[in-house]
Amino acid sequence: MDKPLTRNLKPDGSAATLAEYQSTGGYEAWRKALRDLAPAQVVALVKDAGLKGRGGAGFPTGVKWSLIPQTPGQKYVVVNADEMEPGTFKDRRLLEGDPHLLLEGAALAAYAVGADTAYIFLRGEYIEAARRLEHALAEARAAGLLGRNILGSEFSLGIHLHTSAGRYICGEETALLNALEGKRANPRTKPPFPQIAGLWGKPTVVNNVETLCNVPGIVAQGAAWYKGLSRSQDAGTKLYGASGRVNRPGLWELPMGTPIREILEEHAGGMKPGYRLRGFLPGGASTDFLLPEHLDLAMDYETIQKAGSRMGTGTMIVLDDRTCPVRMVLNLERFFAQESCGWCTPCRDGLPWVARILEDLVEGRGRPEDLDQLAKLARFMGPGNTFCALAPGAAEPLQSALKYFRGDFERYVERG
Amino acid sequence: MNTDTGLDPEETAEIQAALTHYPDPAAASIEALKIVQHHRRWVSDEALAAVADLLGMPIAELEGVATFYNLIYRKPVGRKVVHYCDSVSCWLLGADEVRAHLCKRLGIGLGETTQDGRYTLLPIVCLGACDHAPVLMLGGQLHGDLDAAKLDTILAREQHRG
Ligand SMILES: Cc1cc2nc3c(=O)[nH]c(=O)nc-3n(C[C@H](O)[C@H](O)[C@H](O)COP(=O)(O)O)c2cc1C
Ligand code: SF4
Ligand code: FES
Repeated sequence: MDKPLTRNLKPDGSAATLAEYQSTGGYEAWRKALRDLAPAQVVALVKDAGLKGRGGAGFPTGVKWSLIPQTPGQKYVVVNADEMEPGTFKDRRLLEGDPHLLLEGAALAAYAVGADTAYIFLRGEYIEAARRLEHALAEARAAGLLGRNILGSEFSLGIHLHTSAGRYICGEETALLNALEGKRANPRTKPPFPQIAGLWGKPTVVNNVETLCNVPGIVAQGAAWYKGLSRSQDAGTKLYGASGRVNRPGLWELPMGTPIREILEEHAGGMKPGYRLRGFLPGGASTDFLLPEHLDLAMDYETIQKAGSRMGTGTMIVLDDRTCPVRMVLNLERFFAQESCGWCTPCRDGLPWVARILEDLVEGRGRPEDLDQLAKLARFMGPGNTFCALAPGAAEPLQSALKYFRGDFERYVERG
Repeated sequence: MNTDTGLDPEETAEIQAALTHYPDPAAASIEALKIVQHHRRWVSDEALAAVADLLGMPIAELEGVATFYNLIYRKPVGRKVVHYCDSVSCWLLGADEVRAHLCKRLGIGLGETTQDGRYTLLPIVCLGACDHAPVLMLGGQLHGDLDAAKLDTILAREQHRG
């Protein structure tokens, strides 16, 4: 099976050099685009391929690019490399193992939308990734793959690395733009969408690292090839991961739509001896719990949505039968409460309230009305009531835990 | 050694290099604060004022940015910061025990600095290494698959380095 995202990753974890990257066809798509393809053709290829954003929301990438106005003027591409969603550890592997793949993807995105400047917004804790990206950028510039009049074409592109200083909300695309401009990282109202008025008010595309890493393959090998990689109606391959009490926690590039059972049992090696699967968050901390009865579902956007959760980042967090789901939810809600930017009330005040009720429960101070209060707060934090998706994301593990693990919550109340 | 007021030429030069990446100096604010912090370990009020001056930003605005981030220290920290991950995958595999062991070994609580000024202990959110939970970062270096024995080895090695 073709593994366009991970083909250059080395077992020792070191970065693929420019020479190594090029030896497996690296920068061929970039050369091809500059030589043979009009920007609109690159957009059309990505659209036809059916690539959906891998940053969590799953928005079609080609559609996003086509919303950039085709009028002349400054435009930007921003790589979202903030990766701070708990349980999510996929972009780091790509950044550290194959930085040129990301650079080529970002360059193709910039060419497609007519941007001459791109920023990689990298979380501050990814120190090794920063070192390797700077090195790869220097290699690419020296080889004439970035800079002025690239490879003799009319196209010029500067890519800059911007390292952040640790805050989950910076990953939200409009908060990211404020952070990049040096402002406090509060999200912005939408509309206008970043494609119309983004960085410094200019049309801007924000894409996740893994999303962009799919682009060179699509441009080099075509939409049909890309669709053929998948086992479902969503195209391509996906970096799936698992953490928690499984035998082999890790990350694997597999066809989109691989059944959850196959990921957890074959690739992650099943549960550690003495533990049983109780539930799992399919795509990071801000997705709804699913249960063992969902194991035979395909991991793709639509199937997981129908089951009441989200693909999210595709990295699963496994809850075992010896871990208390209420305490797990407390850990998650403490994270969201701490990382709220404080802009809107349901999030700023609701999340600490949720965390306090959960604390009271696990410390034996629970009251019967607490469970209704939690459900109500989860609703208040739901979609449409807040400025950004942090609060709705925080509501997901809570509301699904109340649904699936109600007995565990009730036992805390009864024990008092 | 740096004084607390003004920026030394090296800091200024590094900040000016960062400015070239952006059409607006404010965009380099985080980078500038990190540069100052790299030289002084933390960002004092005086250093913050000097950076604001260099970037042409109101002090209050830069303050609002500086206090927003987990990795900008507005209080002195030890020579090395120990960031232990307290997010969900690490919690599932024993982050609470990691923290307890660290507190015991270092003789400090969260947010505190050891008496010899060597370590400051701070929690951090998911470090993107959940497949090696529990995880910590010590002086920018990642350590995974932690248990008490491994923690002791890491600390012993650090002690050795001085
Ligand atoms: C609170 C919050 C944090 C987010 N963090 C990230 C992140 O770290 N990385 C990321 O790619 N997307 C993150 N997103 C999603 C982005 O807002 C956006 O959807 C994504 O960057 C779009 O890229 P894509 O279309 O390539 O997926 C976050 C969203 C929210 C609401
Ligand atoms: S939902 Fe939360 S994080 Fe998002 S804008 Fe509102 S307060 Fe900020
Ligand atoms: S939860 Fe600790 S590294 Fe991800």
